[in-house]
Amino acid sequence: MAVVDPLIELRDVNKHYGQLHVLQNVSLTVGRGEVVVVIGPSGSGKSTLCRTVNRLETIESGTITIDGQPLPAEGKGLAGLRADVGMVFQSFNLFAHRTVLANVSLAQIKVRGRKRDEADRRSRELLERVGLASQADKYPAQLSGGQQQRVAIARALAMDPKVMLFDEPTSALDPEMINEVLEVMQQLARDGMTMVVVTHEMGFARSAANRVVFMADGRIVEDRAPEEFFTNPRSERAKDFLSKILKH
Amino acid sequence: MDVLTDNFSLYAEGFLGTVQLTFFSSLLALALGFLMAAFRVAPVASLRAIGTTWVTVLRNTPLTLLFFAVLLGLPRFGLVLPFAVFAVIALGCYTSAFICEALRSGINTVPTGQGEAARSLGMNFGQTLSFVVLPQAFRTVIPPIGSTLIALAKNSAIAGAFSVTELLGTYKTLSELGYNIVWTFVWIAVGYLIITLSISALFNVLEKRYGVAR
Repeated sequence: MAVVDPLIELRDVNKHYGQLHVLQNVSLTVGRGEVVVVIGPSGSGKSTLCRTVNRLETIESGTITIDGQPLPAEGKGLAGLRADVGMVFQSFNLFAHRTVLANVSLAQIKVRGRKRDEADRRSRELLERVGLASQADKYPAQLSGGQQQRVAIARALAMDPKVMLFDEPTSALDPEMINEVLEVMQQLARDGMTMVVVTHEMGFARSAANRVVFMADGRIVEDRAPEEFFTNPRSERAKDFLSKILKH
Repeated sequence: MDVLTDNFSLYAEGFLGTVQLTFFSSLLALALGFLMAAFRVAPVASLRAIGTTWVTVLRNTPLTLLFFAVLLGLPRFGLVLPFAVFAVIALGCYTSAFICEALRSGINTVPTGQGEAARSLGMNFGQTLSFVVLPQAFRTVIPPIGSTLIALAKNSAIAGAFSVTELLGTYKTLSELGYNIVWTFVWIAVGYLIITLSISALFNVLEKRYGVAR
């Protein structure tokens, strides 16, 4: 698909885990302001793909550029880039020894160099935005999964990222908490944030995505507008996948 | 009882010697152990190699041999220091290998996601380690570090053989003076107990305050 103003570009990316070829010549372009949802069966490489974008996973060949800059190797440059790329994890990964407020403020202070009160003010704003202003002084373990994930989103947003990566953000949540997280993500999408979302939430893919990328066995099989993909998948693999998950 | 009351100043001097040896060696061991643990988990291969070599060499060398190496070896390279300082170096370096491994085991108990989250926010290795990983690792390493420092206090007795003033060494003077050897050692043992139980108590307090709540 042609993309007007590319923010993330992956070209011919390859990666192995031992014998397993998890990413096979993967090329993907994400435009500024675009919401790209990556779906596919487990083991298809979609989480790995998401994690290569901020180099939590290294790649063996190919190129990744973000906002025109090639992904730097380990060091200062990489840290600087990661500060601009927000990431939300399946298991939330809130800092267990810090309060909610400190979780959101920590990197603002240490990485962005903001003053503590300035950082805390911004943190409270963001917590307000995800509906958790009243929980600021609690520890992560005192919150529900859905609340923790919303704090994690606020923590990533506090860095004012250019793009947000979501690695199965609702997969570890109870069904009734999934919606509160998806609503925050919907709002972000409406506000024009560039997002790459690995998920199993087809409803979210339909309503919020500009494009759906379907992965299987380490390859991108389809890359299309959501409505087209869900109503009329081209590949057998996608038809099979959709028939299995949409049956119930 | 006479042994203690007659020779109180001798005992006190020895006791103080052991306390000083233990205290300064502990500081050195904690500082070096901390540094080496950071090296061993660093993303730079050469730092990891330094850390691994440090631990392998020091943990597998008998302490007495290490004392000989430091006290007799370093002066050959023109480094002449008081024996007590040499003893602190030998004890501190030796114990740092154990501290390093205790810290590293603590670091390994912190879920990898914590470090990943920190890095994904743009923190560098040092920030990730000091603001996110180590504070959480600290809570699980309090008991093993306590044990290591107690072992250090007792190991300091070896320094006595190299004419450093410390508690165990007092027995030589006392047995020459003809005191009952059993009572001499009983009071020495009490001296060590005071030191080791104090370390235990300190680490119990630390664990109560900072330990992982279960």
